[in-house]
Amino acid sequence: MMMQDIVKVDNLSKQFGHLTAVDDLSFSVKSGDVYGFLGQNGAGKSTSIRMLLTLITPTSGHIELFGYDLNTHRKEILQQIGAVIEKPDVYKYLSAYQNLKLFAKLSGVKPTHTLLMDQLEMVGLANRANDTVKTFSQGMKQRLGIAIALVHNPQLIILDEPTNGLDPQGIADIRNLILILSKEQKKTVIVSSHLLNEIEQIASRILIFDKGKKLVEGTAQELFNTAQTILQLDTTNNTQALEFLLQSKWANNLQPMRDGQLIIQLDKSDIPLLNKDLVANNIEVLLLQPRHSLEDYFLQITAGKQHVGTFKN
Amino acid sequence: MWAHLKIELYKIFRRPRTYLAFAAITALIGVIQLGLLVDGKEYTSFVMADFTSSFAVDGKILNGYFICYVILQLLLVHVPLLIALIAADMISGEANMGTLRLLLTKPQSRTAIVTAKFLASVIYTLLLLIWIAVMGLFVSMLIFGTDDLFLMKSSYVVIVKESDVFWRYAGAFCFAALAMLTVTSLAFFLSFFAENSIGPIVATMSIIIVFTILSTMNIPIFNIIKPYLFTSHMITWKEFFDFKVNDANEAIVGSIQYPEKIIRSASILLIHIIGFAGTAILLFRKKDILS
Amino acid sequence: MYKELSKKILFTIALLISLSAVSWAQDMNALVAKVKAKLDLVNDYTADGRMKTDVAFIKAPIGTVKVFYKKPNRFRLQRNGGISVLPKGGVSINIGNLILTSGFVAIDAGTATIGNVKTRMVKLLPSGDNNEVILSTLYIDEANLLIMKSVTTTRENGTYEMEMSYGKFASYGLPDKVFFSFNAKDYKLPKGITLEFDDTDKAVKDKMKGKKGRVEISYTSYEINKGIADSVFK
Repeated sequence: MMMQDIVKVDNLSKQFGHLTAVDDLSFSVKSGDVYGFLGQNGAGKSTSIRMLLTLITPTSGHIELFGYDLNTHRKEILQQIGAVIEKPDVYKYLSAYQNLKLFAKLSGVKPTHTLLMDQLEMVGLANRANDTVKTFSQGMKQRLGIAIALVHNPQLIILDEPTNGLDPQGIADIRNLILILSKEQKKTVIVSSHLLNEIEQIASRILIFDKGKKLVEGTAQELFNTAQTILQLDTTNNTQALEFLLQSKWANNLQPMRDGQLIIQLDKSDIPLLNKDLVANNIEVLLLQPRHSLEDYFLQITAGKQHVGTFKN
Repeated sequence: MWAHLKIELYKIFRRPRTYLAFAAITALIGVIQLGLLVDGKEYTSFVMADFTSSFAVDGKILNGYFICYVILQLLLVHVPLLIALIAADMISGEANMGTLRLLLTKPQSRTAIVTAKFLASVIYTLLLLIWIAVMGLFVSMLIFGTDDLFLMKSSYVVIVKESDVFWRYAGAFCFAALAMLTVTSLAFFLSFFAENSIGPIVATMSIIIVFTILSTMNIPIFNIIKPYLFTSHMITWKEFFDFKVNDANEAIVGSIQYPEKIIRSASILLIHIIGFAGTAILLFRKKDILS
Repeated sequence: MYKELSKKILFTIALLISLSAVSWAQDMNALVAKVKAKLDLVNDYTADGRMKTDVAFIKAPIGTVKVFYKKPNRFRLQRNGGISVLPKGGVSINIGNLILTSGFVAIDAGTATIGNVKTRMVKLLPSGDNNEVILSTLYIDEANLLIMKSVTTTRENGTYEMEMSYGKFASYGLPDKVFFSFNAKDYKLPKGITLEFDDTDKAVKDKMKGKKGRVEISYTSYEINKGIADSVFK
């Protein structure tokens, strides 16, 4: 089978009054992709996801899923989608089993006991099936949310900020689940996050949002394998280190301090040189490591590009 | 649609707060019945003090029919709160809980979902009224027996023959259902605008309280707007307990003094119900779900 | 309640009348005595009747009543279920006890026509101060010795008017119909108790004010002189 476009979005915009939440967004997701939406809070990820799920009506633009127009084939399309949007909220006064049964019905599946228990087994909630959700931890709710999203065996799975509020183990579980869904079950996944390292590890393609617009789109390698990198520097005497750097040839690589830390942007090949230089000037380096925050990445691909343009010539 | 209605009813009757309303009604009615059972004579002689100074009233005034009238009179003012507790929560509560977005990403028509939600709150309201009828009318009839219904209107006294009472209650309860459904649809409508249930519950009650005050106060400026307030029409159930008399001032059994008032009020309430519910359903079809 | 009151009234009438030794209108006294003699033929009766309360501000259904009477002055009106509203104290003043005793002052007050019947007006004045009944006027059909109408002014319960119409039991002096009229005092309810939005038309309200109240009893059957146990009147 040909790799077909599962999602095709053209010139999608959404305005809330004067606020433009999503601005002329176009992208496509191919079958089997793990497609990452990356952007800071309020960048338009959630609005875009909600438009894909018909929770929000677009101001303009066109959405096609599985080759059908979302406006005219809403039911057929939604039958093929499973989603967890933001917090995995379910009916707190119902048990896990009752919740799953209710949403299975709504998803158009016959909720047999076997199906429901298998599904709860899969997310490790079988032993808590009859407990009300009120008593569940955030992680357990998240797993129930995923069970609900998957109960009707959808082709496309949409996870909006699935790791929010989870402990490290929970985050790892989600990551593994996405990999299983993608690699073993050949599902298409759209996952959003404001954390770069999270997306970086699982997404086959990434779309980066900024202020409602598409900033860049591509594979992780295309996006992150740039010549320059951002480093965080910590020494025994940061004041002395700063003074040295300002007077040295590294002055141009110095970035504004963030979180009280020295930030330096430079070619990866220059890292050993910098380290040598610091040591030679009696500055003891405690830490010199690449930073992987979205903020830094933005800096890199926006401000960074400027630097490249200005200083490389 | 039936499947959706079943799901919505399932949700309503899985919630403790639903039973709270039924328990509250049982308790309220029980308290009234107990009070009248123990001290009913005091109550009637207090209400009738002025009247009995010139007339001797003979017979069993404190019978089941009278008790039910007292209960309806006292209770129907408070039932809107119990209705709002559920109806004002139908959309906003799910928005607050976060289940609304999950619900609406399912391959189901929004119109069907929201209509089912409204119908479920209608059924809840009707069940509440049936419960009031069971507790307030039938249980009172069992405890206190039946006899003629003696009522003090604001400017005259009505005695309804025992055999002529029951159908009036049937009519009154049907009308009360219409009145309470107006509250249901108002609460449901307000529920559309909020993302937590407290807001619409308080808003529903505030509207009803303010309107009721305007309806009851006899101030000329308010009298002008009175006919336009739905609360003025909610108590028209009482018209079922007034009958026509012939030229000889003989009661005409089975008649109603002002049937046109009942028809008018019922129409106005019906228009409100259709207006509130219809608007909510129409708006909901295009609503952006941001919760 | 009104039974007791009427007893009191009767007792007072009897007491005062016995004190009044002189009668200065012999022929009137003779007329009243003749009427009384006719009524005395009845030792007791029970009667079924339909009672209608006709007061402008009371809407009541027609109720059925049973009436018991035993000479000289025992009277009881019993409801057959339902709720009845009667003017206080009044209705027990029945035809029998209007002229039960002698020893009052009877004054000729001319003639009057009640319906189509020409009647003699006789005023009965109990002499004395502590009387519940202040004045009683009887309209007597002299030919048939029937009381067609009476007007009784009481000290505390206002003025009552009784009008009688006769049929089958005229020979016993017992009426088929009694209309009992009284001045219905207006009453007002304390506001807030009824929780009614008072929207009664003013015209309707005005209509209800100041009208005379009436209780109408139509007797359908009499059982005369069959004997009644005293326990009925307890």
